[in-house]
Amino acid sequence: MQNHLLITDNDPQSELSTLNLGPTHPATHGVFQNVLQLDGERIVSGVSTIGYIHRAFEKIAEHRPFYQITPLTDRLNYCSAPINNMGWHMTVEKLLGIEMPKRVDYMRVIIMELARITDHIICNGVLGVDTGAFTGFLYMMQHRENVYEIYEEICGSRLTTNIGRIGGFERNFNDIAFAKIKKFIKDFPPVLREFEALFNRNRIFVDRTKDVAPVTAETALSYSWSGPILRAAGVDYDVRAQEPYSSYQDFEFEVPVGTNGDVYNRFLVRNEEMWQSLRIIEQALAKIDKEPSHIFHADVPAFYLPPKEEVYNNMEALIYHFKIVMGEIDTPKTEVYHAVEGANGELGFYLVNDGGRSPYRLHFRRPSFINYQMYAPMSRGMVLSDAIINMSSLNVIAGELDA
Amino acid sequence: MGKISNEELLLKLTSKFDGHINLVSEPYGLLTFETEREQIIEVLSFLKTDLQFIHLTDITGIHYPDQEKPFGVIYHVHSLVNGVRVRIKVFLASADVHIPTATTLWDGANWMERETYDFFGIVFDGHPDLRRILNVDDMTVFPMRREYPLEDPNRIDKKDYFFGR
Repeated sequence: MQNHLLITDNDPQSELSTLNLGPTHPATHGVFQNVLQLDGERIVSGVSTIGYIHRAFEKIAEHRPFYQITPLTDRLNYCSAPINNMGWHMTVEKLLGIEMPKRVDYMRVIIMELARITDHIICNGVLGVDTGAFTGFLYMMQHRENVYEIYEEICGSRLTTNIGRIGGFERNFNDIAFAKIKKFIKDFPPVLREFEALFNRNRIFVDRTKDVAPVTAETALSYSWSGPILRAAGVDYDVRAQEPYSSYQDFEFEVPVGTNGDVYNRFLVRNEEMWQSLRIIEQALAKIDKEPSHIFHADVPAFYLPPKEEVYNNMEALIYHFKIVMGEIDTPKTEVYHAVEGANGELGFYLVNDGGRSPYRLHFRRPSFINYQMYAPMSRGMVLSDAIINMSSLNVIAGELDA
Repeated sequence: MGKISNEELLLKLTSKFDGHINLVSEPYGLLTFETEREQIIEVLSFLKTDLQFIHLTDITGIHYPDQEKPFGVIYHVHSLVNGVRVRIKVFLASADVHIPTATTLWDGANWMERETYDFFGIVFDGHPDLRRILNVDDMTVFPMRREYPLEDPNRIDKKDYFFGR
């Protein structure tokens, strides 16, 4: 059995040293191991080892009914769990051919864009921390907290949200939730502006990030990159724009692109995406006002759990409740691929269904996993401190990496 | 939808690989077909260079134990220019689970193939570094194959027939 590759250096004359960066290193923000061979400060070669928190989600998913798979998706990219949840709901809805009311689409868009903002807050904040500027991170963190309070108002939990259901939301947004969303989009822009003022032309930050780990568009595409880091390399691929889901075609937003794909470009692209997300949320709030305010799910009794009071007092509701929970409803025997624009890139769900209550096969196309494989090759020739901020700006989330 | 229709795509593919594009279907508008492993690299390379499918979205595996060729490798490729996706399947016999690697076309295929190998035991010939990726190195089985149950099969409280399965 071949073990994971170790760089052994038996030459006593050699000046090279081997460094284990990770699995638990404070600078890697997660469980990543990279065995690096260093010549002084410079990386000669590196090998990534992943899988430290592999939890066999794809295997587990083969044994669970569709609605019980949502909590698994939470634990992929836990910095923006709602996007994963919605992506999964939409995959199942696509399989079943369920059409969502516009209001549900807009509610989903609000949640997904809030999640994108929190994810980018973390990534860009931590990039600042890794270059020695703690202020921006702490300053922005307060607003991630505010978004988590919005989630809490809507679904009761904060980090692993399990938000929404197949067929819509479990309950309507209440007035406090709307008030908190409105407060957030009013309070956050000045903070983001100040954050940008703190970094964008900061001499230390720019010196540390500019021309660090540049990636050409060809290389990025060859490595199947997607998301902000691909856009930073100059490719304007955004799933929201190219294959609009959840009524993204109704919104006006721009897809920011960078030029040379270095760390600085990725930082700028993510900042701009936060502005675009705010713009989308604003539009969604305006659109929601024009929709009937009582609608928060599609009319699909065969897949959407009825409220408990109905189950106890109403025959049809009881039957549907039983059928949903026991998995007695036929589903089409086919396969479906659905992609959403996750905070890190194209988050895809490939679902093969055999008509049973759980998928025959479910595969997650996890952007972190696919983006991260370039890390070791691209670190070659870099100094160690640059490799650290390069990792931060790839925004690899261990949960999504290892599934 | 995209700038190039599935019919046009299929026409181009069938004229180039006559007889090797089988079982064509379009679930939810995504062109899906099967081919053989002898052709797969040529098909992928034709899609990539001639039809602008420059983005390899995903490679994954599937296992149908009852089929004559039980192991499937599934490719999703995407043309960013035309906004079209294509799904390609190749099925392999269990005695000979070998398929040529796609790392010659896309560097990104490297880890996707390692993952498929890790979970299904499908061997990608010519892969530069075919090792396990998510599971522990000394694992002896390929856990996503259907013969490996998720839970202890001796449990009696979770039989499928209790759940109408």
